[in-house]
Amino acid sequence: MGLRSRLGRARDAWSTHLAAVRVAGVVDDRTWEGLTNALLLADIGLPTTEALIDGVRHRVGAEGVDDIEGVLGLLKEEILDRLGGADRSLAVGGQPSVWLFVGVNGVGKTTTIGKLGWREASAGRSVVFAAGDTFRAAAADQLQVWADRAGATMVRGAEGADPSSVVFDAVEHAAARGADLVLADTAGRVHTRGNLMDELAKVRRVAGKGAGTVTETLLVIDSTTGQNGLIQAREFAAAADVTGIVLTKLDGSARGGIVVAVQEDLGIPVKLIGVGEGTDDLVEFDPADFVDALFSVDVPA
Amino acid sequence: MFEGLSSRFEGILRKVRGKGRLGPEDVEEFVAEVRVALLEADVHLDVVQTLLDRIRGRAVGVEVAGALNPGQIVVKIVLEELTAVLGGETFRPAYASKPPTVVLLAGLQGSGKTTTAAKLARWYKGQGRNPMLIGADLERPAAVAQLRTLGERISVPVFSDSTDPVAVARAGLAEAVRLGRDVVICDTAGRLAIDEDLMAEVAEISATLQPHHTFLVVDAMTGQDAVTMAAAFHSRLGLDALIITKLDGDARGGAALSITEVVGRPIAFASTGETVEDFELFHPDRLAGRILGMGDVETLIEKAEETFAAEEAEAAAARMLAGTFTLDDFLEQLRALRKMGSISSIMGMVPGMASQVGDLDEAVDERRIDRIEGIINSMTPAERLDPDVIDGSRRARIAAGSGTQVGEINQLVKQFREMRKMMKQMGGRGPGRRKAGRAKKKGRGGRVTAAGPAPIDKKKGLSLPGLGMSPGDQGPSSGGLDLTGNWPPGPTGGR
Repeated sequence: MGLRSRLGRARDAWSTHLAAVRVAGVVDDRTWEGLTNALLLADIGLPTTEALIDGVRHRVGAEGVDDIEGVLGLLKEEILDRLGGADRSLAVGGQPSVWLFVGVNGVGKTTTIGKLGWREASAGRSVVFAAGDTFRAAAADQLQVWADRAGATMVRGAEGADPSSVVFDAVEHAAARGADLVLADTAGRVHTRGNLMDELAKVRRVAGKGAGTVTETLLVIDSTTGQNGLIQAREFAAAADVTGIVLTKLDGSARGGIVVAVQEDLGIPVKLIGVGEGTDDLVEFDPADFVDALFSVDVPA
Repeated sequence: MFEGLSSRFEGILRKVRGKGRLGPEDVEEFVAEVRVALLEADVHLDVVQTLLDRIRGRAVGVEVAGALNPGQIVVKIVLEELTAVLGGETFRPAYASKPPTVVLLAGLQGSGKTTTAAKLARWYKGQGRNPMLIGADLERPAAVAQLRTLGERISVPVFSDSTDPVAVARAGLAEAVRLGRDVVICDTAGRLAIDEDLMAEVAEISATLQPHHTFLVVDAMTGQDAVTMAAAFHSRLGLDALIITKLDGDARGGAALSITEVVGRPIAFASTGETVEDFELFHPDRLAGRILGMGDVETLIEKAEETFAAEEAEAAAARMLAGTFTLDDFLEQLRALRKMGSISSIMGMVPGMASQVGDLDEAVDERRIDRIEGIINSMTPAERLDPDVIDGSRRARIAAGSGTQVGEINQLVKQFREMRKMMKQMGGRGPGRRKAGRAKKKGRGGRVTAAGPAPIDKKKGLSLPGLGMSPGDQGPSSGGLDLTGNWPPGPTGGR
């Protein structure tokens, strides 16, 4: 199923601004205002929005574009330009490879691991889950349910145990069994908590200390997140050397526009998106799809 | 929380301060800055427009009048508009005349409903009620297990079974009646506002429970979608109020402000940390002040009251601001602060700290407090009273006694002095608080306690921000208690 059809619902405010732009027919100040508003409502953020609009206005003048569809085409290009050129594959290369999942509370780290573990196991890889969230009550139980679904092995510690040692044990366990992949969960943490970010940095270090190699550190961001998403990305990247973004809950009405700024400012690409509750609702991020979906608006009759 | 907005407003205040009057261009410049700040804070686009129109309408043509200069008047306007949007009054949960009072929680996935349910139950317990929790989230794996664990932690019974959410809600309510519980809090699965089936389900739960309060749990980090989402929940459930979560981060929470403006429902509670104690009634008037960087002395006092006796709290706060405390007091403060919740959330309430120690959250390390406590415990009463008497041999003894290094003791004493100085400066800063900043004689006579509580004039202390500031009076720029993790290396981990 294409992203477009999945994102086809609930685009009200966005639709209104875009539709107004389209209905107007001519390119004038209202066009730019409408497009600016539409981008802001997508959580793209003021600095990126202004840069995008400035870029398009410049090109409209230079290239002599005078119709709305042409302007929208240029805007898509400008956004794609900022999202393009990144390697979005998930790297392997360790024995085992370790993929570490980090993020603030409630973004969907555990669920993402469940879905991804299911996907990787279905592809024939042997997968170990590391229940590194030892803080949230019953987090390991939640991961266990996913491990059972995915056929993954689970390594867990006691509640309140040192997450680094749980992850380390999981990696050693995977190495001893010749498993391919360790998916390591971590407790959600607000990035302003210095001691918790230190703890995370330690988990990241320790995960690669033994037999395994950390080949991906994936920051999970909820697509409803606003401008704080950029700060989150910056802080988690500083603490744990983030290699990619998983943008979750994109099946709702939020558009997740903050990832444009994240990639542009920090060079961290989105690698996966979550588009539903099912086990197979975690898919590769396709920038063209993403941008098309952003602009897929039916003009009201 | 909202610190960024505060510092933005402080910047604007500096820009317009000193001008005798504001021309239309000045107002526009101010309005432009406010727009950027509000958008950065995730205030919804439409709400931003509305706010700017109101602010512009009131600010243009303002003449110098009374004690306020036009810049101060603009700040006042913004403060008032923010307060008005935030509800203007404190939400007071009512209780059903025929118990139990039923509370329904709803929201998106990951907004924090389950944790909030437990925090809310603990809050009701604190009000002398006997709450019960219903776990009706049968979607997320182990959600009920999480609620049960939290319930055990706060000694509140949890009801759930594996039938279906509506049946669980119905049976849970009956169970609460049977057990004579007077408050029932129902946790529900997270759901997307556009998911018709699940929205119909939660509507059915609502119809079954007939809740007295329906709270929407909203993540402070939410962006522009918050309004759409909240409106959808409101149309299905008839919301009574919001509970805003994850305010311990640096998200500015404009989404919450936007929802109150658009949906017309106040924020009832704010969740400001990971432990069950980090939860409090939301105070819109205070928050509006906090947005403008004036701190929140009243919340500080209220929290302290919960923990120790009222007079003790006032004396402690007064001593803190007067800068007349000893290492003994300091230790007491540390212990009390710990009881109150995370240190960083407390510090954010102190006027001026929000912006000046903006990254305090980052700086605080609870483990360091253990070491500080150890050091102070190893001191004699005389040393605690006057750290100046601590010489080389005393230092060696204290270090040996507390299992720390001599350097750490020097550092503590130095920081204690700086903190005392800083607190004193802050205490002497606001209008009407000059007297509180009494000079402390370097005393050797008797333990220095509150030299008679110097009561904080709450009204004056919470009047307009920055109005009492002279250009040179920017408050302390550095110093204070350094609780960073740079303190001697210890094991990491532990919350």
